[in-house]
Amino acid sequence: MTRNITTFALIGVLLLATALVGCSKPSSTGQKTEGAAKQSLSGTILVDGSSTVFPITEAVAEEFQKAYKGVRVTVGISGTGGGFKKFGSGETDLTGASRPIRPTEVELCKKNGIEYIELPVAYDGLAVMVNPKNTWANSITVAELKKIWEPEAQGKITRWNHVRPEWPDRELHLFGAGVDSGTYDYFTAAIVGKEHSSRGDFTSSEDDNVLVQGIATDELALGFFGYAYYEANRDKLKLLAVDDEDPRNGDGPILPSLETVINGTYQPLSRPIFIYVNKKSLDRPEVAEFVRFYLSHAPKLVKEVGYIPLPERAYQLAQKRVDARKTGSLFAGEGSKVGVKIEDLLAAEDK
Amino acid sequence: MESDSKQSQETLREPQPSLATIGPEKAFVAICRLAVALPLLLLVVLVVDAVVDGWPRLSWGFLTGYPSRNPEIAGILPALAGSAAVIVLTAVMAIPVGVGAAIYLEEYTKPGRLTSLIELNISNLAGVPSIIYGLLGLELFVRAMQMGRSLLAGAATLALLVLPAVIMTSREALRTVPYSLREACYALGADRWQTIWRVVLPMSLPGILTGIILSVARAIGETAPLIMIGALTYVAFLPDSLMSPFTALPIQIFNWVSRPQKGFHTNAAAGIVVLLVLMLLLNATAIWLRVRLQRRVNW
Repeated sequence: MTRNITTFALIGVLLLATALVGCSKPSSTGQKTEGAAKQSLSGTILVDGSSTVFPITEAVAEEFQKAYKGVRVTVGISGTGGGFKKFGSGETDLTGASRPIRPTEVELCKKNGIEYIELPVAYDGLAVMVNPKNTWANSITVAELKKIWEPEAQGKITRWNHVRPEWPDRELHLFGAGVDSGTYDYFTAAIVGKEHSSRGDFTSSEDDNVLVQGIATDELALGFFGYAYYEANRDKLKLLAVDDEDPRNGDGPILPSLETVINGTYQPLSRPIFIYVNKKSLDRPEVAEFVRFYLSHAPKLVKEVGYIPLPERAYQLAQKRVDARKTGSLFAGEGSKVGVKIEDLLAAEDK
Repeated sequence: MESDSKQSQETLREPQPSLATIGPEKAFVAICRLAVALPLLLLVVLVVDAVVDGWPRLSWGFLTGYPSRNPEIAGILPALAGSAAVIVLTAVMAIPVGVGAAIYLEEYTKPGRLTSLIELNISNLAGVPSIIYGLLGLELFVRAMQMGRSLLAGAATLALLVLPAVIMTSREALRTVPYSLREACYALGADRWQTIWRVVLPMSLPGILTGIILSVARAIGETAPLIMIGALTYVAFLPDSLMSPFTALPIQIFNWVSRPQKGFHTNAAAGIVVLLVLMLLLNATAIWLRVRLQRRVNW
């Protein structure tokens, strides 16, 4: 019987030993870089926030940690709102946001004495899509989108011919980004005119792949989500051109693409996405270097992960903002603003 | 003696079914077989699907690689190390407390209102959704106890989560030790302490270990509480202290599934296979331990 007790004790010791071995492995194994590692910087940088900005920050963090082996960067996904909650209580150094900061979030930062610097890092287009078997729809106007998505449409606009009389008398199945996402906030602000307000009877998911599957298998579907998801699933979806009926932004319906988003003609469904930096964190050299690295590598990395980079000049102006420690939001803390060209805003401020 | 065992065999022999019950019984057996086959079939479909999808990425490089924006070179080492560290820490925290509580409840308490209230609460806690434990962990460990989003906070949360299961399975195991053995011990002059340490605990060890491993194996697949306490999504280093930020396998899989690029979906499938193998290993260990230890127990 005593042998059994020994077994018990042995197992306990074994577990402990595994714990210690598991914990004492060096952290840099396997991370090889071609260039000389810069060992001068160290520390941990905590990033959280929007899932839309995540792929960009992940790419930057990956490259940054190859160049600066002593620095650790962790990136979480809490969503834009969740990210601001942590950022506003001083838990993170940077937070990604797919819309500008909201008044309530500005309030939270103020309460906790957090000063922030807002930096646009890329454009994201929102794509409006239908099933490839859909032969009738090739483009849609903003007014029609509003007619479909506004809260009053619930239960009324349920067939394609309700939207445009020449479209068939068949059911209309709607798919859209989840209501907690910055994507939904922006879409409603741009189309319905009021942030976070739309009809409720549509299939929504925080996971855009679910929407891709939904639209790809439903002939009567219409939906919207981030352009990056369209890029990765081109063969399964049909993109609709969007007409804002404003000749200043180009005539007629316009398809989202690198050019049309950058030159501001794919309106109103292209938006800037941001990172917010805690001003106090910038006093730490590794954070300052990370932000500099972010802005200088963004043009290449943003494209690589499926987003649309800002013009080169916008990144330079953003770096200037960092150097001058210019706090606050270009959007006056009002949340989503539709149809802005970010370099104009930055340039106006720079004057 | 011989006639005794013969008699007991006689009584154990299956009774001949009467003609009237043969039909319904056959139908019932068929339904039962279907009930067994259905989950098995689902499991096979799941495993085959994951293996087929993830096959191209299942390699040594995948196990020893770091997460990356490039799905072809992305690996799961930090997630694997994070999961392993969390599970070991969880076990270290949950086992002494859980088994201790079970021994106390089973051997020391007198039945009464308070005891049954505690028992009721433990069974209730075992049924609480795991995300609630995540919320508790966030407030208690991450915020109030200032552990941050660390390995320690994650393990403490999961330890709370598995504790009711550990207590309940350990108590079941303790109950399998016949009361006559305890009485025999006392009759020989042993006190309670000696009885528990030299007889009850060794006898129930196989059951306790199985229960522990199965409960802990459940924790390895938990995603919701870890997301709640903020286990991170992109971590390109291995945890090197109790306070280190970390990620875990289910979170890495969750992240890859939600990415637009196909390559990441393949990675997710490969990650699922690794997770399944890991759970299978743990469960197999539980069975092996039970069989091995049970062989020594003769009464």
